[in-house]
This record gives sequence, C-alpha cells and structure tokens, in this order.
Amino acid sequence: MLKVESITQIFGGLTALENVSFSVAPHSITGVIGPNGAGKTTLFNIVTGLYTQTEGKVYLGDKNISFFEPEVLARLGLVRTFQNVELFGQMSVLENVMVGLHTKSKSGIFSCAFKLPGQIKEEKRIKEKAYQWLEFTGLADSADVTACNLPFGKGRLLEISRAMAVEPQIILMDEPAAGLNSRETAGLAGLIRKIQELGVTIVLVEHDMELVMDVCESIIVLNLGKKLAHGTPREIQENKAVIAAYLGED
Amino acid sequence: MDNPSQLVQYILTGLSNGAIYALIGFGFAIIHNATGILNFAQGEFVMLGGMFTIFILSFLNIPLPMAIVLAIAFSTLVGILFERLAIRPLKNVKPLSLVIITIGASIFIRGAAMLIWGKDTHALPAFSGNEPLYVYGATIMPQHLWIFGITILIIIANKLFFSYSILGKAMRACAYNAYAASLVGIDVKIMVLLSFVVSAAIGSMAGIIIAPLTMTSYDVGIMLGIKGFCAVIIGGMSSGLGTVLGGLLLGLLESLGAGYISASYKDAFAFIILLLILFIRPEGLFKQKETQRV
Amino acid sequence: MMIKEKRQIFIFLLFALVVLLVPIFLKGSYFLNVLVFIGINTLLAVALNLLLGYAGQISLGQAAFFGLGAYISGILTTRFPVDPWLALVVAAGCASVLAFVIGFPILKLKGHYLAMATLGFGIIVYIIFNETVDWTGGPSGLSGIPNLRLGPFVFDNDRNNYYLVWMMTLGVMLLSINLSQSRIGRALRAINDSEVAARVMGVNARMMKVQIFTVSAFVSAIAGSLYAHTITFISPASFGFNFSVELLTMVIIGGLGSIYGSFLGATILTMLPEFLRVFRDFDIVIYGLMLILITMFMPAGLIGGIEMSIKIIAEKIKGSAENNA
Repeated sequence: MLKVESITQIFGGLTALENVSFSVAPHSITGVIGPNGAGKTTLFNIVTGLYTQTEGKVYLGDKNISFFEPEVLARLGLVRTFQNVELFGQMSVLENVMVGLHTKSKSGIFSCAFKLPGQIKEEKRIKEKAYQWLEFTGLADSADVTACNLPFGKGRLLEISRAMAVEPQIILMDEPAAGLNSRETAGLAGLIRKIQELGVTIVLVEHDMELVMDVCESIIVLNLGKKLAHGTPREIQENKAVIAAYLGED
Repeated sequence: MDNPSQLVQYILTGLSNGAIYALIGFGFAIIHNATGILNFAQGEFVMLGGMFTIFILSFLNIPLPMAIVLAIAFSTLVGILFERLAIRPLKNVKPLSLVIITIGASIFIRGAAMLIWGKDTHALPAFSGNEPLYVYGATIMPQHLWIFGITILIIIANKLFFSYSILGKAMRACAYNAYAASLVGIDVKIMVLLSFVVSAAIGSMAGIIIAPLTMTSYDVGIMLGIKGFCAVIIGGMSSGLGTVLGGLLLGLLESLGAGYISASYKDAFAFIILLLILFIRPEGLFKQKETQRV
Repeated sequence: MMIKEKRQIFIFLLFALVVLLVPIFLKGSYFLNVLVFIGINTLLAVALNLLLGYAGQISLGQAAFFGLGAYISGILTTRFPVDPWLALVVAAGCASVLAFVIGFPILKLKGHYLAMATLGFGIIVYIIFNETVDWTGGPSGLSGIPNLRLGPFVFDNDRNNYYLVWMMTLGVMLLSINLSQSRIGRALRAINDSEVAARVMGVNARMMKVQIFTVSAFVSAIAGSLYAHTITFISPASFGFNFSVELLTMVIIGGLGSIYGSFLGATILTMLPEFLRVFRDFDIVIYGLMLILITMFMPAGLIGGIEMSIKIIAEKIKGSAENNA
C-alpha cells in the first residue's frame, strides 16, 4: 500500500531521518512510535508532501509519489491529520467537512458565482455527504458550530471527519490521542477500527502506548532518525533495543 | 557625454545611495529578526530623521551635531511609541493583522508629518560645506564622504553590538527562539522594544545623512523604505554584510540604469529588481538555501 | 440553512431596491455624482475583499489594475476608433491576463512579502502611466474619453451613469455573495484559515489564489473602465499607492469578508472628503489611524460590530419578552 524507501532528511546539517525504509500492508493499522525527536512527524511531513526529502522515495501502491504536492496526494487518496489540530477556525463544522469534499466536487468559479443548476445540485449533494461523515464520527449535533469554538476533543474528531470526507485509501494521523481524556481515547480507538472496516489503511504516530498496542497490527519504532524495529505489538514489547531506547531516553 | 568620468560619477552616486539603502535594510532586519514583523513603517523613520533635524535647526539655534542627536532621539521616541501602542498590546494576532497595522502606522506617521511640516520639500545644510572634490573628473560632495564614513561606522558598531555586547547577544537569542530566551531570563518584551529603538535610530541616521544630497519631504519614506527592503531581501534578511552588498548593488544598478537607460524610470528599476529577487530567490542572494521547518 | 439563504436573498433584494429607488428621491445632481463614485469604489473594495477577506491575501497594487482598466479603455477609445463597450471588455481582459501571469510568482509570497511585491508592482505601473507620455498623456492626463452608449441612450449625465455603475456593482456584489457560500468560497476561506490543511484536503491553494487574484483584477479593471468613460478624463494621480491604501482602508473598515461591509467602507471613505472639507488634509492620518484601530479593536469591521449589536439587542428583546410572559 504505502512504501517508504531509504528516506533521509537533513535540515541544515542536522540529520532528522537516516535511511528509513518500511512498507504498510493494505487495510492494516500501523503505529509509528519513538521518543521525542525521533523524526516521526518529519516522516509524516515527507510522506504527505509538506517537506521535500533529501534522499529516498515514497510509493503509494505502484506509484512513485516522492515529490508530489499535498493537494495531488489528496486526489490520489492520501490524507493526514495534524498534531496541533489544523481546523478552518472561522468556518462551521459542516463547512470544514465540505472542504474535505473539495476533490469530490468540481464546480468552477464561474458556475459558483452564477449559481448554475449543476452547482446547486452538487452543493446539495456535498452538504448531505458532509452530514453523513459528521454522523460517522458523532459530530452531527455540532454541525453549525464555528470550528474554533469546539472543545479540543471534538476538534480532533472534526479533523478526522474532514479527512474521511476525502474518501482516502490511506489516512495518516499525527498523535490523534494527544490532549484527549481516557474516555475520549477509548472512543477514538473504536473510531479507528470503524475507519479500518471501511477498507482504509491507517498509519498513526502516537505516544499513548496503550492505544497503540490496542489498535495497531504492526508497529514501527524510530529512534534518533533511524528505524529501530518493525513488528507486531508483541514483538515490539519484547524487543531489547526498543526497551533500551525508551529507558535510555526517559 | 559618454565618458569615463561620467561613469565614475554614476558609480559614486550609486554607492552612496546604496549605503543608505543598506542602513535602512538593517532596520528591517533588526525588527524582523526580533519579532518576525516586517516593519512597513521603516521608511518613515528615515523621513523623520531628516525632517526632525531640519525643523530643530529652524526652531532652535543649536549646532548641527546637537540637532542630529535630538532628531535621532525624537525618531527613536516615535519608534518606542509605535511599539508600545500598536505592537505590544496585540495578542495572538494573525500575520495579516500585523501587516495591516504596520501599513497603518506608516501612513499615519507620513500623514502626521504632512500636517505638521507641510508638503514642501526641504533641504538640510551639508555637514561640511558644498565645496566639491574632484576624483577622476567626477565630483564628490563632502557629504558623500560623510555618508560612507558614517555607514561604515554604523556597520562596525552594529557588528560589535550583536556579536559582543550582552544586550546584542540577548537580542540574537530572542531571534532564534524567544521562548528559550525567556527561560534563561531574557526579558523578551524589552528586547522587542529595543529592536524598535535600534532600528528607528539607524533609520533616522540614514535619513539625516542623505537629506543634504537629495532634499527631503514628508513622503520620501515610502520609496526609501521599499529600497531598503529590497537591500535586505537581497541580503537574506540579515543585518550584516549581505545587506550591505545588497544595498550597494541596488544603488549601483539604479544609478547606472538611470544614467544609461532612462532617468525617468529610475525608481522602476529598483522595483523590478525587487520583484525579480522576490520571485527567483526570496531567501536572498547571499544565503544558502535551507529547508524551512513547518 | 435554508432560512439563512432566504434571508440573504431578501437582504440583497432590499438593498437593490433601495439602490434603484434612490435617484427618484434625490433632486440635486451633485449627490448622484457622489453616489456614482461610491458605486465605483464599492466595486473596487469588493474586488479587493475577494482577495483579502476571502482568501487572506493582501494586495497593495489594486490601484494599478483600476488604472490599467481606465487607461486601456481611454487609449483605445481616444487614439483608435474603438467602441467604448469593446474597450471595456478588452481592458478587463488585458488586466486579467496580466494578473494571471504575475499571479503565479507573486502569490507564492506571503504576508509582508506579498504586500511589498504588490506594492512594487503598483508603483511600476504608476511610473509607466506617468512616463509613456505619447500614449497616456503623462502626468497631465488623458482627456476626451467618450461616454458609453446603448443605442440612442448615452451615459453622459449623473442619473444615467448612476444606473450604469450601480447595475454593474449590484451584479458583482450578488456574484461575490454567491461565491462565498460555494465550493470555491469555502476553499478560499480554508486557505485563509490554514493553507496547509486546505492543501492536504486537496485544495490547489496556489491555483485558487491566482484565480481569485485574476477575478479581482478583472473587476477592478471594469471599475477603471467605467470610471474613465463616466468622467471622461483620467490622470495617473488617481491610480497611485495612496489609492491602493484607501481601498485597503475601505475593506478593513467595512469588515474583511463582508460584501456589504465593502459597500459601507466605500461609502464612508467616499463621503468623508466630499462633505467634510477639513478631512481632505487629514485623510491619510485618519486612514492610518483607522487601519490600526479597527485591526486592533474591531477585527470584524463595522459590519461585524453592527451584526454583534443587533444580536445583543435581539437577545435583550427576547429576554425581556420571556420575562414578561
């Protein structure tokens, strides 16, 4: 599904990632873990086209997507969420999800300004679709709330609804549980499984080990920019190098 | 009259204008590096320097050096007021708001200058007379020498300040990482204020030394400001050698363009250079390309 | 949501009705003349608002597109036997093509850099207006520009010009309001809120910005052409940096992203110097002060403030009604 091949990223002399390779199986849930500064978010930024890697390649299926822009990746079915929740704060919750449907609609500036019949129909369709995604994540009640007024936990859910509206093949979540309380985290685990049931491949960076061990089928460990291990949750828990890295860091 | 002495003349004019642009560019860099703000009103400090000096001279019967010191003090005061009243009260603002506020401040200062001093063009007397010197057939006004001398002094003082003084080092620390700086006990607010002080002082000094050559009026700030901006963009937003070279390069191109291509398009050359730099190498000519961290 | 849309249509129709009826009640032609300029300035403010209020991209070069519209129209109709309507279309077309071409490199820039670059562009165009004397007449201006006409109907008096300009302005206002609640409008507002997130959602931010910049230039150039054909004389002074700042002030005062706000801002800034003589000397001081104060204390502009007070009053009335019941 997703294949990362010998990625190296150097920021002005500082090596953030060094020769990292792995692949993610279709329809699986993969966790990327590692101590702070391990390069997890950098890896996400490279895969999603926000950074240009110094070296290495990224494949989506058979397609080489190494230097694709994020907007192109969205059309190919690769989306992400952000560690710090990047909502469209001034827009309503519903409108946020409707932006997620941008690639699923095509009215141009002309037909939008003149409200041509095709545009009105399309607008109705994406509005309904957006509601469906809000129902999927349980946010339908907040549809008309301005996004910046949402409590943090719901903001995370909105970000996931919005990403799902793109109807991705694969979704990358950057610390989806950060800032959530335990009840919300449990709900998140359920949601992640629900997303998997739709046939979507999931990759998540996460610090909440309980969540990672619970939902992930496969785990990649990064440490100081290098891949330390890749295996099932059980294998990772028993891996000496991983334990040393975590204990050594803490 | 195409002859070598004319070329020397163009180069000389270009270099002295370029020195001024470099100083104005310094002002941009100092505030930008301390706050992330590009101070649109930077050119107004330059205007204020010249105008204050002229009007202090006309109201008080004091020698020129004292008038200059007073003028710099007044301009700096404007910088302080600007920071205290319009920048510091802001919390969590969008970058766009900062752009608009500095534009607002810029035209406010310009408008106030117009109300106080009128729309006329004024001349400041040259620091040491108007007896020209001749070099290879080109005329050098003594004022040119003052410009070069003072510019070099400011460049050296600036370098010493930021490299060796505690205050300068603290300001640089804020530029790298304001939060970390505050953790080691640096008062970030003071540093921001200080950046406005230093930058207003350098800007007004630039305005004072150029005023005897080019005359000055309430509206010179915008053109000089943009050209200083152009210099600092070429120099990669540093208050160092890059910006000095940027200023000199801009001054030379402008002066040669005006001399050999068309004098009426003199200002257009500067703006075309600015656009080209922004389009092709917005990180500056003298800076290595770096990957930006989001 | 349907109620909201119906209310919007109602407000627009009411606004249009008032605009169309005003000349019947206004006797003096002087006021109509001022209203013509309010119409043109509203067009320009709406054009800038599309870029600044919707997409969050600043431009200090709007006066240049306004001027290009005016000069292309003026030159075509005075130096060549071109019909004024055709000239208007050509002018708008040329300005849009230019905006599209420079849009790609210029809109790569952000914030202050974008402001500086558009300012630089504006000044270059202004210098060209002044220096290409053979074409533009230079600083002394270009006169004798013919009026627009429809058959026997000539737009040469204030009443006719009023309807000409305001039909155009109402049309552009309606289209802009439509745009805001559409796929494109949402994409633009998304870019304004978080460009990175918008791109991750598949919004081609760069193309979107260039498109709206082009539309903005198109509308500004139409305003310029209308301006040239209604007052029949143009000179570079109307298209300089100060006017770009004035347009910025109109949009900020009215409220970023609000189309009626742009009308309000244009009205205030057009009326003040007309009716307050002292204002003429103080204009840029006041613009500067307004830009600072509104941005600091009233980021949603006057329209935002008005909406807020209406809401508060409505809640008070509702509250006291409930108390009484």
